[in-house]
Amino acid sequence: MKAVARTVVAAPVDTVWNVVSDPERALSFWSGITRWEVESDEPSGLGARYRILLRIGSAEVGGLVEIVEWSPPTDLAWTSITGVDQRGRWRLRSTSNGSTQTELRLAAGVAGSGIAGWVAEQIAQPLVASHLRGTVRQLSRLVEHERMRDQAAERRAGRLSRPQAG
Amino acid sequence: MADTGIAGRAGSNGHDAANRRAGSDRRAASTRRAGSGASGPDEAASGGSASGGSGSEGSGSGGSLLGRAIRTVAGQAPGRAIRTVAGQAQKRIPRADLHERDPDFIRERLPLMWLAASLWYRGEVRGLGNIPDEGPVLLVGNHSGGNMLPDTLVFTLAFNAYFGVERAFYQLAHNLVLAMPGLGSLRKFGTVAASPANARRALRAGAALLVYPGGDYEVHRPFWERNRVDFDGRKGFIRLALEEDVPIVPVVAIGGQETALFLSRGERLAQLLALDRVFRLKVLPISLALPWGINVGDMAGHIPLPAKITVETLPAIDLRAEFGPEPDVDEIYDHLLRLMQDTLDSLASERRLPVIG
Repeated sequence: MKAVARTVVAAPVDTVWNVVSDPERALSFWSGITRWEVESDEPSGLGARYRILLRIGSAEVGGLVEIVEWSPPTDLAWTSITGVDQRGRWRLRSTSNGSTQTELRLAAGVAGSGIAGWVAEQIAQPLVASHLRGTVRQLSRLVEHERMRDQAAERRAGRLSRPQAG
Repeated sequence: MADTGIAGRAGSNGHDAANRRAGSDRRAASTRRAGSGASGPDEAASGGSASGGSGSEGSGSGGSLLGRAIRTVAGQAPGRAIRTVAGQAQKRIPRADLHERDPDFIRERLPLMWLAASLWYRGEVRGLGNIPDEGPVLLVGNHSGGNMLPDTLVFTLAFNAYFGVERAFYQLAHNLVLAMPGLGSLRKFGTVAASPANARRALRAGAALLVYPGGDYEVHRPFWERNRVDFDGRKGFIRLALEEDVPIVPVVAIGGQETALFLSRGERLAQLLALDRVFRLKVLPISLALPWGINVGDMAGHIPLPAKITVETLPAIDLRAEFGPEPDVDEIYDHLLRLMQDTLDSLASERRLPVIG
């Protein structure tokens, strides 16, 4: 089973990267995630491990995953250590107008589960895809709202520092 | 060794061979082995004085056809015949071996369980985070759904998905369940025959152990008692938790008793047929269930109605921390039952219609 969600975030790629690579912020934009705990000494970077659970149907599915690709600020990939077999990736690319083309990919399944596994994957796919779409939407809102607040704060600071007319 | 005679004997005889033989040779074996049938395991299975009482009651209804049938089968020595049949039945019980649990087997069947739990039962499990992340724990559940165990399916899937199949998780089941042909794979899921020795062994191995104190008595309660927690006064699980010093996590489920129209436990019928002494069965349930219509015994199972199953896991209870260094078992029992009943009432208030949820 494979699902992909894409969006364009109106923010520089570095800003988006800082959010998607920060495990402490995962629960604030991941849709359907019920658990995201750091299981390694280093909270982020190559080799960092997280215990992640995603509600799909009647179960919270996931397990222990490890970051296997860490290329700031464009690519972050992980693969499962225990639990459901999965491989995921954040793929961030700058656009010509300074925004970020953001893509979230997830491939998952249970090796050796036969026909039942295949059927379950087909049924779970729309649920997972829906979670991924929700995730990139929430990421987009989160990053853009933070950027708006930062820009507003800069404007306020600029007004205050300017000498009063007259 | 604190192992049961039941487990040791079944292992030494080889249950597979016994399975093959038992059907056709039971009568012959009853005659041949009548003398040896009175040995330890059979006496253990007979349940001592309690079942002795039920036996008297059964034969006391002397005029009934069932009573006459039993005496006909048993000839002039019904007690001896019952012990022999019990011995044969016990031989079919696989020896409890914690190592039979197979994480890979469980993992490969999670998708099938997920399909059943998600599509058929619309399962919902809450509060799994209340279960300690590691270490031994006694999960105490109310039991529903007859022999199809829908709440066990939903909870087992949720537990294995949440904690991973690598975490040791065992479930105690009635001996007869494990002896049934075709259900051997349950052992790979971590199901072991219900006995204090097996429970202790699992907890001492650091595992999470799911027990249903109400057992066959609760699981076959009538439909109109579907939202009632009924452990039938069984408190052994509390003594077990105290002896092993493990926390108890109550697991409350609703919906299982709506998967068929359970009419009666059939306790009198079970006594008449001496099932208590032979199979340690207190009940012979009667229900309306697919595809049989009237379903007596539920031994062949049934097609469960697609009732919505909701399971709520409550915070762990450290018995000595909450009830003092020398806790009173009765007090704990009353507290636990009240806690679980309150939760079940709350879950029931969320449901608009039976089955639909």
